[in-house]
Amino acid sequence: MWVIAILIVGYAVRRTNEKLGERHVPMMGVLAAFIFAAQMLNMPVAGGTSGHMLGGVLSAIFLGPFAATIVMSTVFAVQAIFFQDGGITALGANIINMGLIGTILGYYIYQGIQKAVGGEKGILIGAGVAAWIALVLGAISCALMLWTSGVVPLGVALPAMAGIHMFIGLIEASITVVVVGMVLKSRPDLLELQKI
Amino acid sequence: MNMKWWHIGLIIALVLAGGVSLFASSSPDGLERVAIDHDFIELGEGHEVIRSPMPDYVVPGISNETLAASLAGLIGTLMMFGLVYGLGKVLKGTSVK
Repeated sequence: MWVIAILIVGYAVRRTNEKLGERHVPMMGVLAAFIFAAQMLNMPVAGGTSGHMLGGVLSAIFLGPFAATIVMSTVFAVQAIFFQDGGITALGANIINMGLIGTILGYYIYQGIQKAVGGEKGILIGAGVAAWIALVLGAISCALMLWTSGVVPLGVALPAMAGIHMFIGLIEASITVVVVGMVLKSRPDLLELQKI
Repeated sequence: MNMKWWHIGLIIALVLAGGVSLFASSSPDGLERVAIDHDFIELGEGHEVIRSPMPDYVVPGISNETLAASLAGLIGTLMMFGLVYGLGKVLKGTSVK
């Protein structure tokens, strides 16, 4: 997982390096700060379980898939190194499940819906749907990794992980839509940065 | 005073991490819940590869738990902003074009 994560993040660094502009830099910083903060906010879901947002789709909507990949990977690295959250050995898997699936896969889902629906409505619907799908896919990917690592049988891991994350996905979708909606209202130009 | 949009964004993040986070649910999250229900949560307690300065989002050496947690959130948020902002500057500065 580390190897796959390094390859994709490395590619993202190259892409970003080629295209990054002056106005992207504060956006990357603010998104990193916001996503770090938002990931601390566990909200109760069901039966003594909580969930928090991830933010991959949110950051990709503003920055595009590759610059967003750098933001998300840095957030997970800081959590593991400075806050002992997630772990160093699991960092590769965490970057893939909670970062790349949102920033890359989620971004293209968002883009597809946004273009199909069009306008502000397209942006908001795309944001919500992509955020939900990306979070659930991340959970499914995590279940597959647990299974292939021999931790739990697939028949156990898959329904358990997908089930609870269908609810957590609602948190992801609503925060993503609210933040994008607020920016659309107050500073729509911020959504027009070149996507990297 | 001339507030830029990203000042406001950063302030929102600091309020969330330093204040609102104190009211966050401490229940296990999605993966932790599944891990507890299916008896593999202990696998997450591997050996320490490195020693973190602020494990579990608490600044060590502060007896007031609220303050220690709030400070960890503020420090982390500022650190995130600084680190990624710096990274962006470097990536932009070394652009081949």
